[in-house]
Amino acid sequence: MLGEGIIKGMLETAKNFAGSYVSKERLTTVQYPEEREALPEASRNFPILIYDGPEWEAGLRCVACQICEKECPPKCILIEKSADKKPDAVGKPQFYPTRFDIDIAVCMSCQICVEVCPFEAIKMDKEFELATDDRFGGLLHDRHQLAKSNEYYHQIHPVEAAEVDARLAEERAAAAAKSKAAAEAAAAKAAAAKAGAEKPAPPAGGGA
Amino acid sequence: MSGMNVPATIDQIFILFTDWVAHFFPAAIRPIVGVVLGVIGIISVFPGLFALTTVFERKGLGRMQNRYGPNRVGPFGFFQPVADGIKALTKEDVVPFRADGVLHFLAPVVLLAAVFMGFAILPVGRNMVLVDMDAGLLFFFAMGASTELSVFMAGWSSRNKYSLLGAMRAVAQMISYEIPLLLSSVVVIMVAGTLSLPKIVEAQAGYTGIWPHWYVFTPWGLAAFLMFGIAATSETNRSPFDLPEGESELVAGYFTEYSGFKFAIFFIAEYLAMFSMSGIATTLFLGGWSAPLSFLNVLPSWFWFFSKVMCFIFIFIWVRGTLPRLRQDQLMNFAWKFVLPFTLLDLFVTALWRFMGEGWARWIVCSAILIAAYVAMGRVGMFRKNFAHRRYRYAE
Amino acid sequence: MSPIFYLLAAITVAGGLATVLLKNLVHCALAVTIAFLGLALLFLSLDAQFAGFVQILVYIGAVAILVVFAILLTREAEVPESSPAGRVFSKTWLTGLVIAAAVFAMLGWAVLQSAQALPNETAMPAVSVRDIGNALVGRYVLPLEIVALLLTAATIGAVIVAMHEKEAK
Repeated sequence: MLGEGIIKGMLETAKNFAGSYVSKERLTTVQYPEEREALPEASRNFPILIYDGPEWEAGLRCVACQICEKECPPKCILIEKSADKKPDAVGKPQFYPTRFDIDIAVCMSCQICVEVCPFEAIKMDKEFELATDDRFGGLLHDRHQLAKSNEYYHQIHPVEAAEVDARLAEERAAAAAKSKAAAEAAAAKAAAAKAGAEKPAPPAGGGA
Repeated sequence: MSGMNVPATIDQIFILFTDWVAHFFPAAIRPIVGVVLGVIGIISVFPGLFALTTVFERKGLGRMQNRYGPNRVGPFGFFQPVADGIKALTKEDVVPFRADGVLHFLAPVVLLAAVFMGFAILPVGRNMVLVDMDAGLLFFFAMGASTELSVFMAGWSSRNKYSLLGAMRAVAQMISYEIPLLLSSVVVIMVAGTLSLPKIVEAQAGYTGIWPHWYVFTPWGLAAFLMFGIAATSETNRSPFDLPEGESELVAGYFTEYSGFKFAIFFIAEYLAMFSMSGIATTLFLGGWSAPLSFLNVLPSWFWFFSKVMCFIFIFIWVRGTLPRLRQDQLMNFAWKFVLPFTLLDLFVTALWRFMGEGWARWIVCSAILIAAYVAMGRVGMFRKNFAHRRYRYAE
Repeated sequence: MSPIFYLLAAITVAGGLATVLLKNLVHCALAVTIAFLGLALLFLSLDAQFAGFVQILVYIGAVAILVVFAILLTREAEVPESSPAGRVFSKTWLTGLVIAAAVFAMLGWAVLQSAQALPNETAMPAVSVRDIGNALVGRYVLPLEIVALLLTAATIGAVIVAMHEKEAK
């Protein structure tokens, strides 16, 4: 009959209206900024630099290899390499960036810099409330602003950080094992050379 | 003044207040003072109701759509109209370069003036009507017709094809639905025998037992009430008939080129037209200021009038939240092929009602004719649309 | 001849003059609306409530809109330039004024002649809407039915004209 659909529709909206006051499942509005929804683990916004340990400048993982600067599609990264080297987390002397600027007004959050970094130094942050009223420098993040601790990284991407840490530990263990094996081989060689020097000299051309 | 009837005093409190104020002035200008106070009352009450209605509408629509409405400004968002008002007043008034300056300025003014005039004959309570005219209802419809001209002026003066299209559509829609609007009120005039609104309310103010004599409780009254409601929704360009001002179609239709306060005036005029239409519908069909049950007459008459008007407003909001927008040709088809024939039939049925005299026979006959006609017209209308199963063709 | 009459007469005459003298056609149509309004107010000041309100309802609410639609739908190509160098009046203002004055003179002469033929003014009978209604279906029922027939013919004609445009495509 004519008008039946209209009556049914109006009953439905009435149910919505009344129901929205009594049942919480109907109103799914998140009252920002008092309440915030948790972002999913894999969400990303702008990059950050990771440092190990308590000191940001000393523990910065970045070695200024400039691969991310070259791979960045909108060219929003600017890196200046240092002249000297300083020891990194495992003690090996590495270059470090004296200047690492990311213009987040240009950055398009493509994550390519993260994918190409061989040192797990640059990762994506989830922070989105970055609006500022300083329109000339406020959106240019420098080295200090970008440096975030490894604990912070664990906080925002727990699963990913755990994987990264495991991988890094593995690499370091492998590197340590290799150096230990190399040291042992060198020591064994030295000991063999020394043992060979104590015995009656074999034909010339032995140890050196 | 002991032993005075408290409910009657509260009922007439505004009249008593006006008389008290008028006594401070010399006798010669007392009528003018009375009228001026009435005008001040109208100008303060109805725009205040408008502000309240905008909040109710946004929150009501929000709740119907399972979301909150505005809830930031003031307690539960009820100061939102203040924020909207400040925004409208401080926005830059943009007038297009080649627009017709005089008409562009005059259109909202004429619209607001015509709409405000419609409140002059509305009986808001017992003895509370600004001007008691013998041809009150005719005056109201004359003012309604004047609003169409200003809609056209707004669309034409903007020198914008799309505004003009919107204005033409709006005027066509308003003209088409004006006939059912008038004809459904003619049935009330036929039975009440007068064009004067206070007298129409008094004709409905009787009670049999506790049940009121409202015209909506008669078969022809109910049919006329429904048709009047549909026509009123369309006259004020209200969803589902709001294609001329559809927010997702022609931007804002005929008031696209208006900004700031002029836009606010169009907005106010639309809502005030809604109020005056609701007021007339209440007066004609729902018994104006009389209470629904006889023992409820304790509460003041103006309370009942405004409650009924707000019920209407809630129904307007409810329908807006439920129904999709009608396309222009669907709108016109509906007017000329359903609403108008039904209203004409209702005229005939009302005449039959008066002809048959008192008794239960006329109830049965009139109801039977109207229901049969409604079902028949509905079937005929649906028959022509073949709701075949849609076949989709995808690009290969 | 109260001050109200002079004011309303001034409005009506100003509207009428603007209609024949203005350049922009839509402005002329709106000026004739003002003339209609002046007429309606004159009716109201003579206590003819029904005539006054029906004048507003029919003339302003329907005829004026019809005139404006007719202008728009037939002269779409012509874009009126927005008053260059302050020229408000049309080029043919003198002709329009002369014709209007001639018509006015003729009508005025006819009215004055008939006023001389009428006896002294009697008290005006109060005509209510009910009396008009009774007269329409009693004494004047034949003109009423003929007008209804005319309106039906006009409506059918409009529908046919609109329909043919569709079929021609």
